[in-house]
Amino acid sequence: MSPLLRVEGVTLQYKTSDHIVTATWRVSFNVLQSDRFVILGPSGCGKSTILKAVGGYISPVEGSIFLSGTKVAAPGPDRVFVFQEFDQLLPWKTVKENITFALTSSGKLARREAGERAMHFIGKVKLTEFANSYPHTLSGGMKQRVAIARGMAMEPRILLMDEPFAALDALTRARMQEELLQLWVDTKFTVLFVTHSIPEAIRVGSRILLLSAHPGQVKAEIDSHGADGRETSEARIESMLFDHA
Amino acid sequence: MPESHGADRPELTYAVVTTGFDVVEKPLSAWEKFYNNGAARKVLLLAVLALLWEFYARWLNNPLLFPTFSETVKALFTSIASGEIPRAASYSIGMLLKGYVAGLLLAGVLTAFASAGRIGADLLETLTAMFNPLPSIALLPLALIWFGLGDGSVIFVLIHAVLWSVALNMHAGFRAVSPTLKMVGQNYGLSKPGYVIRILLPAAFPSILTGLKVGWAFAWRTLIAAELVFGVSSGSGGLGWYIFEQKNQLLIPNVFAGLLTVILFGLVVENLIFKTIENVTVRRWGMQT
Repeated sequence: MSPLLRVEGVTLQYKTSDHIVTATWRVSFNVLQSDRFVILGPSGCGKSTILKAVGGYISPVEGSIFLSGTKVAAPGPDRVFVFQEFDQLLPWKTVKENITFALTSSGKLARREAGERAMHFIGKVKLTEFANSYPHTLSGGMKQRVAIARGMAMEPRILLMDEPFAALDALTRARMQEELLQLWVDTKFTVLFVTHSIPEAIRVGSRILLLSAHPGQVKAEIDSHGADGRETSEARIESMLFDHA
Repeated sequence: MPESHGADRPELTYAVVTTGFDVVEKPLSAWEKFYNNGAARKVLLLAVLALLWEFYARWLNNPLLFPTFSETVKALFTSIASGEIPRAASYSIGMLLKGYVAGLLLAGVLTAFASAGRIGADLLETLTAMFNPLPSIALLPLALIWFGLGDGSVIFVLIHAVLWSVALNMHAGFRAVSPTLKMVGQNYGLSKPGYVIRILLPAAFPSILTGLKVGWAFAWRTLIAAELVFGVSSGSGGLGWYIFEQKNQLLIPNVFAGLLTVILFGLVVENLIFKTIENVTVRRWGMQT
């Protein structure tokens, strides 16, 4: 099976007011169809920067990124982002309008079908009764659910999630991880998921990419469930990330 | 050895009831409802002020200096019935709209420049710093030389009154749009104009609205002042001119009526037009509380 997403030797840099900072150094990995691919690393390892590069917001200074064989050059609706921030919904549109607007303005669907599909995915994230509410009336977890529903309704080739649950309380976060897995069982979408939480990586991911910090380099790429079906232990990942040898 | 802490403290569980609360929801009393209504509170205040005015003017008993509230209202109604104030007001409003719209368009162009690059932003900031503190009325003598005694010079002055505050607020609004929202907008694959109109404009709307409000207030003040200074062109004058003329004939209640009209129009624009826009946009969207 040829990979859906190929990241080949990607070096990413960004400028601050007085420095050029190398965020990642020659990072390579492949994401297959229906992978739940997690990028895990300490803060400062450039994992969000990688995700933005896949999204097309940043271009690599070295290496390249291919999605289904096509080079990624600009943001587009075939890679939909779910951000950490709660302000990623358009505040001037209701929950339903947020999703239909995404569908119609990306040219995926006409208004009518867009409305139907929006309601379908709003139902999937259990927000049917809030379809006509404005985002500011929702809780943080509900906003993230809408963002996920929007991402899934767009049916992108790959869903890019940038620590989508990081700003949630622990209980809500655990429930959202559960729901995300349930949604994946239903539709088998491909997702590239960035997190700095080892337990979250093990729970959500099927494959985990471990990055080191300053600049980010690949340390390992492992399965979250071993050949025996048992979960990889947090201790193992911790020792791989922070080996003191 | 650590003691087995809390061994004598049993775990507790309680049943949660769903009925039998004293008050879950109770309507407020009529007075509380009235007191919570901003418009009602303001009307009450206005009534008190009008009453104070009436009593003070009666006590002063000098209609030439300070007519009573009732005389002013009477003068207002007669002037409205005679068509003088409506004529003057519609002339003023027409001028205001022309100047306001022209100012907004120019502000849009300037903001577009400012958003396009650093030089444009520098230009906007420098021009605004220079001209915003300059009272528009101070340009009127110059405008009269350039554009002659007529609509042109008033509109020029109005544009100056509107342009800078609106452009400044628009620019600030665009700059304050959250990076996340911008990335979301780019994610949708919108065209460049679509992105500006459907993402950036609404996202910056709270600031733009502030700019529109400030700009309108500047324009209205400037217009009345400009009409007072020279007012008449081609036989028709605005409210400022009306006030000036009535003063010359020592019809002081009419002067007050003219001033009252200026104030009333201001209240209507502020409390009806802008409030309505606010309620159906930024308040409903939760972008302003």
